[in-house]
Amino acid sequence: MNAPVYNFAYLDEQTKRMIRRAILKAVAIPGYQVPFASREMPMPYGWGTGGVQVTASILGPDDVLKVIDQGSDDTTNAVSIRNFFIKTAGVRTTTSTGEATVIQTRHRIPEAALGEHQILVFQVPIPEPLRFLEPRETETRRMHALADYGLMHVKLYEDIARHGHIATTYAYPVKVDSRYVMDPSPTPKFDNPKMSNCAALQLFGAGREKRVYAIPPHTGVESLDFEDHPFERYRLDGTCAFCGANDSFLDEVITDDRGGRMFVCSDTDYCETRRSQSGAAETMAEASVPR
Amino acid sequence: MTDTLQEEPLLIAEGLSKSYGRQLGCRDVSFELYEGEVMAVVGESGSGKTTLLNLLSTQIAPTAGRVLYRMRDGVTRDLAALGEAERRLLARTDWGFVHQDPAMGLRMGVSAGANVGERLMAVGWRHYGRIRGSATNWLHRVEIDPARIDDMPVTYSGGMRQRLQVARNLVTQPRLILMDEPTGGLDVSVQARLLDLLRGLTADLKLSVVLVTHDLAVARLLSHRITVMRQGEVIEAGLTDRVLDDPQEPYTQLLVASILPP
Repeated sequence: MNAPVYNFAYLDEQTKRMIRRAILKAVAIPGYQVPFASREMPMPYGWGTGGVQVTASILGPDDVLKVIDQGSDDTTNAVSIRNFFIKTAGVRTTTSTGEATVIQTRHRIPEAALGEHQILVFQVPIPEPLRFLEPRETETRRMHALADYGLMHVKLYEDIARHGHIATTYAYPVKVDSRYVMDPSPTPKFDNPKMSNCAALQLFGAGREKRVYAIPPHTGVESLDFEDHPFERYRLDGTCAFCGANDSFLDEVITDDRGGRMFVCSDTDYCETRRSQSGAAETMAEASVPR
Repeated sequence: MTDTLQEEPLLIAEGLSKSYGRQLGCRDVSFELYEGEVMAVVGESGSGKTTLLNLLSTQIAPTAGRVLYRMRDGVTRDLAALGEAERRLLARTDWGFVHQDPAMGLRMGVSAGANVGERLMAVGWRHYGRIRGSATNWLHRVEIDPARIDDMPVTYSGGMRQRLQVARNLVTQPRLILMDEPTGGLDVSVQARLLDLLRGLTADLKLSVVLVTHDLAVARLLSHRITVMRQGEVIEAGLTDRVLDDPQEPYTQLLVASILPP
C-alpha cells in the first residue's frame, strides 16, 4: 500500500533535482546560504522540514539512515522522521553512528568520529547568524558579500561586558574556510570543534527560511572569539551515570522534586556502545535509575 | 593654516545636482573643503541641505556632478568610482556621520561600550581589553562617566546620546565628519555644552566638518565658512564672520535679521 502512493523518499524527482543543485552550489561555496524553493512537507515548520528535504534528495535505496534529536535516537522528532523515511523510502535505518551513511540531526554532532562515507544533515531553524543584530535581509546579504562581520563581534563583546565571559553556549557563530560566517544551527558550542576538518560532508537545511548551506569534508571551521577571551568548549562538570564517560556532552536529568539529579550522555548511541563494551558491570546503576 | 593651504583639498564637490523626478533636491553645488576646516551649510527647511549631505556621503547618487575625496594615501579619487567595499571601509574609518536623531546613529540595543567599539571591531580589532580601553578613553573625552560604559543608550539623556554618537564616530580617528543638525532637539544649556565639546574636538583633531544647520548661532560658533542655500541652490558663500556680519543677498539678510537679539 505504501509504495505506489509516494515517489521514493516522498519528494518528486524534479524537486530533488532542484535541491541537489542548491546543495552542489552550497558545497562549492562553503558556508554560503543558498536559497532554494522549499516545499511544504507533511510536518510543521520547526520540526525539521529543511533537514528532511535535504535528506530526501540525497537518500538512495542503499543508504542506511540514522536520525537523532538532541543526540538521542528515541525521542519524538527522531522517531517520527525515521518512520517517515521507512514509510516513504523503505531504506534501512540504524541507531549506530558507525553503520549509518546518512545521519539527520537536530542540534548535536555524534561523539564518535565520522568518516568520509557519511553525510551529516542538520535541521536549521534560523540560518542567518546576523539576524538578531541586523533585521534587514538585504543588509545581511550585503554584509556577507563584503565579508563585513564586525557586528558579530559586537554580540560577543556584549556577552563579555554583561557576563564576564562569552555566554553564547549554542548556535555559536563560526567562520567557514576563512570566508563566510555561519550559524552552525543550535548545536551546543561543545560540538563546534568537531565541525572543523571533519571527514564527513555536513549539510544544513532550513525549510521555513528556504536556505541550504554546507561544510565540505576536511574544511577548516573557526569559532569566532577575542584574543584575550578565546573560544572555550563547554561541558557540564560530571560523568555519565550510565557509562561513566567524562568526555561526552551531558544532559542533566532531574530525578525527583528534592534536588536529585544525574548526568547522562546526550548521545545515546555513544553511551550504549560504551556500556555494551564494558559488559554487565553497569546494569546495577541502570536498574537503580527510573526511566 | 599656512601649511594646510598649500595642500590639496580633502573634499571637492563639482557641480552637484540632484532631482527627485520633477522635484529639485539641489542644483550645481560646488565647493572645496580643506583639512581642519569647518563649513556650515545653512538655509531653511527644504532648501536642499540634507540632500547635499546625502550626496557627499554617497548615500544617494547625484543626477549630475561628482564628489572627489583625497584618500589617506594622498590620491584624490571620484567617490562614485569606488567599489562598495571600499566605500564602506572609507565611511567607517575615515568618515563620521552625526545624525540629528541619535537613535539613527546608534545601536540602541547594545551597550555604550559596544557602540563605541563597533567600528574598531569592524576594522579587525580582536582584543577585548584594548577595545574596551579605547571605548573608556573616548567616553571620557566626550564627558560621559566611564562607569556607564555597560549601560544601554536608551538609559542616556538626549545630550549624552548625542555625545555618545560623536564618540562612536571619532574612535577610528576619521578626517571628515558630516553633521546633520547635531544640536537639534536639545535644550539650550545642553546645546552649549555639546557645541563647546565639538569645537574643542574639531580643533584638537584637525577635523574637516560639513555642518548642516538652520541655527545661525551654531554656525557662527563652530564654522570657518558658511554656505547659504535656498531652493536647492547656493546663493551666498564666504567666511562666517563676513556672511553673518555683512550679508549680501536679500535672503541672507533676512536670515540674519531673524535672529532674536540676545
